[in-house]
Amino acid sequence: MLPGFGLGLGYTVAYLSLVVLIPLAGLAFKSATLGWSEFYAIATNARVVKALQLSFGTALVAAVVNTIFGVLVAWCLVRYKFPGRRWLDAAVDLPFALPTAVAGIALATLYAPEGPFGAILEGIFGIKVGFTPLGVTIALIFVGLPFVVRTVQPVLEEIDRETEEVAATLGAGRLRTVVRVILPGLLPAILTGFALSFARGVGEYGSVIFIAGNLPYISEIAPLLIVIRLEENNYAGATAIAAIMLMISFASLFVINLLQSWSRKWFGNV
Amino acid sequence: MTKHRRHTPVGEGPVTRFILLTLMVLFLGFILIAPLLVVFVEAVSKGLGVFVTALAMPDTIAALQLTLLVAAIAVPANLVFGVAAAWTVAKFDFKGKAFLLTLIDLPFAVSPVVSGLVFVLLFGANSLIGPWLTDNGIRILFAVPGIVIATIFITFPFIARELIPLMQQQGNSEEEAALSLGASGWRTFFLVTLPNVKWGLLYGVLLCNARAMGEFGAVSVVSGHIRGLTNTLPLHIEILYNDNKAAAAFAVASLLAALALVTLGLKTLLEVRYSGELAASRRNH
Repeated sequence: MLPGFGLGLGYTVAYLSLVVLIPLAGLAFKSATLGWSEFYAIATNARVVKALQLSFGTALVAAVVNTIFGVLVAWCLVRYKFPGRRWLDAAVDLPFALPTAVAGIALATLYAPEGPFGAILEGIFGIKVGFTPLGVTIALIFVGLPFVVRTVQPVLEEIDRETEEVAATLGAGRLRTVVRVILPGLLPAILTGFALSFARGVGEYGSVIFIAGNLPYISEIAPLLIVIRLEENNYAGATAIAAIMLMISFASLFVINLLQSWSRKWFGNV
Repeated sequence: MTKHRRHTPVGEGPVTRFILLTLMVLFLGFILIAPLLVVFVEAVSKGLGVFVTALAMPDTIAALQLTLLVAAIAVPANLVFGVAAAWTVAKFDFKGKAFLLTLIDLPFAVSPVVSGLVFVLLFGANSLIGPWLTDNGIRILFAVPGIVIATIFITFPFIARELIPLMQQQGNSEEEAALSLGASGWRTFFLVTLPNVKWGLLYGVLLCNARAMGEFGAVSVVSGHIRGLTNTLPLHIEILYNDNKAAAAFAVASLLAALALVTLGLKTLLEVRYSGELAASRRNH
């Protein structure tokens, strides 16, 4: 038995209590004092509902896009050798390292109507990105991508290639082998990456607000509405929206943990 | 081996491979690389004069100083916590470990804005301790202490999350050997445990520092945006950008983008050189 358990646990719990538990208890206390009818009135307010729909809807779309392209990126990085592979591999972590405000103004500039990408999309294809839900989605794709790649990549590296060879020898085509033999083993990691990307997207603020333009009912995300309520000194309104978001965040964290224990059980460590 | 593999039916044909690689490069180019490039291009778009002026502004220097100060407090605090939490979770079995791990993961699942709101509710004028703080002249909200606390909340998982899987992989045998040979607990920790996890620790510190210097949402809520006093670099960028000083905003942003590139470079270097001494499985960053 190693020493230091009491000290380590005591310090950890004390620190977590100060930094996490007491502040969260404050939020719970504030929510509790709201009362059900007030809470219900805020939760069903049209602007709040629109903002929540936008945050969860765009986060869902972004997570789906990230799942598809994240698996593609992980596949290329693991299976193919090509010049610049290490550079691209490092670049995948960029959204973790680049401050969200920096990413936000960069994306807003790129996709503004007169920006390099925005001009092409709007001029040639007639697609408006800035100040629309599409702009929000693009920002969320940026912040969520590494979650899928970094969850799928290590699992893909560990996959035994002999099963693929067996499938091929038995006459399965490549597509059939990929879909029926490789994908099932990747599925838990893919789901986890999807959930992480979704959870991150729901709460994201800095990278979104610049490209979104924040038009109420159209491109105003829920975290921004919390900030607006706080600036109006409407603490009850801010707290209620936060409580709704937290409930959904806790639910997704719970699902992520379930998915992980499930995947560990059936497919080894993720 | 490679020659042999080319003849096996495993793997995609050159056409499929080309399409997949092209798709990946296009996607990463549009989503990741272009935003990074545009920061540096826009920073010097109005000439080097504007770039230098923006960096030399008193508000920029004050923001830089505050950002460095916040990171200088938050990172060491989370370093000590990360080591203590990892030691406890990785080396011992106890009831409630899963709950503790969930708590450590919490900031990853909470919106930064909600993290900030939590501290507004705790320290604000309407809170339980708010009037007491005002009476005693203690300013936490809309002041530096609030920014530091919000940053600590956002960044405390990074080092712990990096060390826990690493310490779990390494097990307890080396520490037990040191103890049985008569080393004290602290001596064992500093001479056996710490050297074993030093690269993982550095990796966690890098990620923690990058996030501490770049945090926006939580800090934005608790700071009050007082120019020259409670503006960190990311908040300063927001103000410049909203004032239609895009070139100046990008000039300041290029500082943080450069920090991100240095972080990624060091991180890649650590992964290439010391991959054996970093945790094999890493879920969150």
